[in-house]
Amino acid sequence: MRRYALPLIACLILAGLVLVGILGSRFTVYITMRVMILAIFALGYNLLLGRTGLLSFGHAAFFAGGSYGAALFFIHVNRHPLLCIAAGIALAIVLSVIIGFFCVRHTEIYFAMLTLAFGMMVFSLIWNMREITGGDDGLVGIARAPISLWLVSISLAKPSHYYFLVMAFFMVSLALVYVIRQSPLGLILSGIRENDKRIEFAGISLKNYRLAAFVISGGFAGLAGALATFLNSNTTPFSAHWTHSAEPVLVSLIGGLQTFMGPVVGSLIYVVLREVIERFTQNWMLWFGIILLIIIMGFRGGVVGSMVSLLGLKNRPDERSEGVSA
Amino acid sequence: MLESIVHVCLAGLSIGMFIWLVASGLTLIFGVLKVLNFAHGTFYMLGAYLCYWVLGRMGENFWLGLAIGPLVVCAAGFLIERFFLRHVYHLALPYQLLLTFAFVLIFDDAVKILWGAGSLGSPNVPGLSGSISILGRNFPLYSLFMIAVGPLVALAMWTFLERTWWGRIIRASSSDREMAAALGVRVPALYTAVFVLGTWLGALGGGLAVPYVGLLTPGMGEAIIIDAFVVAVIGGLGSLKGAFFGALIIGLLSSFGTRFLPTFDMFLTFILMAAVLLWRPQGFFGEAK
Repeated sequence: MRRYALPLIACLILAGLVLVGILGSRFTVYITMRVMILAIFALGYNLLLGRTGLLSFGHAAFFAGGSYGAALFFIHVNRHPLLCIAAGIALAIVLSVIIGFFCVRHTEIYFAMLTLAFGMMVFSLIWNMREITGGDDGLVGIARAPISLWLVSISLAKPSHYYFLVMAFFMVSLALVYVIRQSPLGLILSGIRENDKRIEFAGISLKNYRLAAFVISGGFAGLAGALATFLNSNTTPFSAHWTHSAEPVLVSLIGGLQTFMGPVVGSLIYVVLREVIERFTQNWMLWFGIILLIIIMGFRGGVVGSMVSLLGLKNRPDERSEGVSA
Repeated sequence: MLESIVHVCLAGLSIGMFIWLVASGLTLIFGVLKVLNFAHGTFYMLGAYLCYWVLGRMGENFWLGLAIGPLVVCAAGFLIERFFLRHVYHLALPYQLLLTFAFVLIFDDAVKILWGAGSLGSPNVPGLSGSISILGRNFPLYSLFMIAVGPLVALAMWTFLERTWWGRIIRASSSDREMAAALGVRVPALYTAVFVLGTWLGALGGGLAVPYVGLLTPGMGEAIIIDAFVVAVIGGLGSLKGAFFGALIIGLLSSFGTRFLPTFDMFLTFILMAAVLLWRPQGFFGEAK
């Protein structure tokens, strides 16, 4: 049963997403795109937080790196969306290699503070270098040019067309994160979370593996940022602000830090809940804060983790519902 | 030129003392409870709003507002520690940070509901509202007052922690919780007391900030908490002496930065924070591990 569960779930998600893309209203399509982009951000981020046990407050910088990388490439070099996205990811990876090189020297609270400092450096650069980044206005008018591959040219101008590009990137990210989690790299990362002394005694370089996790999650953040730029057709400096770094943390926590699908489910809940609450009241943060309190006080496995233990599904040893070890 | 530098220095000192008032409570809580409290900026905001509210009811008396407002915030601090924070001390860092972050979200919106999302103007402080002439230029009297209050609070905290029986108990529990408990200290009650004291300091900083920053906005806590983190890190997490001098450094850096390098003043602050974390993670005044 378990053997077929994963391909089955993957097919169901794909079918559901395709249906939304074909039948969904403009609004549903837009919301689903936002869910998928946040999910890409959080899936990558959770490789660092849930897998490796490192809490970063600077990943908004890599999201912004992807966002501004794609936008600057669009303005100054070439308008091909795929090239722009590639440029965004490249910039995010370069940034995360440089910043990660320094940050992985520490863990716990010092790591969190160091990533906060570097993230806010990136924010202040974007904010103040008006000539390049547009300062507080951001870069505007990032249109979706058609994707031209040899003879065919696919228009992305309509949201329902762009949707399928986002969907493709989302499915690829899902598969990639799954493979990384199962790979020797992913197993070493969860080993680092559980007991970094033992991993070090085994002759494995802690810093290199932490850096690997950092850069991979930075790359996914960059992809999410680039996709968001084309969705909104602009960039904003606040995408680099530390409060934006809190988003993937919250989303992963809601869904379940120790689960593969946690960040995806968390993103869905986060975006949809926000839309629903904002219909009734201005004060969505109040309700969200209360939900957060309930999850931390009572359901630390998150939605997916709690469901798994509620339904009595057998857990693999690395997917404990109690969360990151202290 | 000299006048200008003197004025930039004075402005820097007042900014520094203003951040110190907020960072002192944050540092005290981290030093004893080992929890980095995101909600500290929220206590600062609540202190400012409640001070404003009380002085509106009590005949525009600023000092009465300052005395009563922060005490009300202490009640919130008590409830948070007693019923929530206490249950996550044994958990990993993300849970502790996010728990305090949840209160940031809740209180930010609560303030919006109670006082509206716009900003409120600040009251006059009798006797301190004007400015005086220093070397031929005007300098706000209230900023001079802040420069005086900062060291006074530092002195009071130092006396309390180093010279009283209560202070000794707090320092003992901070350096070895188990041993203090074994010697009969009721550590959970002490933690609550320290958290409430830290809350009061944060709220007092907010109350004192009311005339200083000029207007109250629901997001004012989020801006100050990052400054307080920077100061706490530069001085050494948990070190009050470090937080005091860290606040002075950041205050001066930011006023000189604004004056001479306006494009990069925020950048300089975070460069300094990262450099300290990389080369001296225990901070300028923290003890080496």
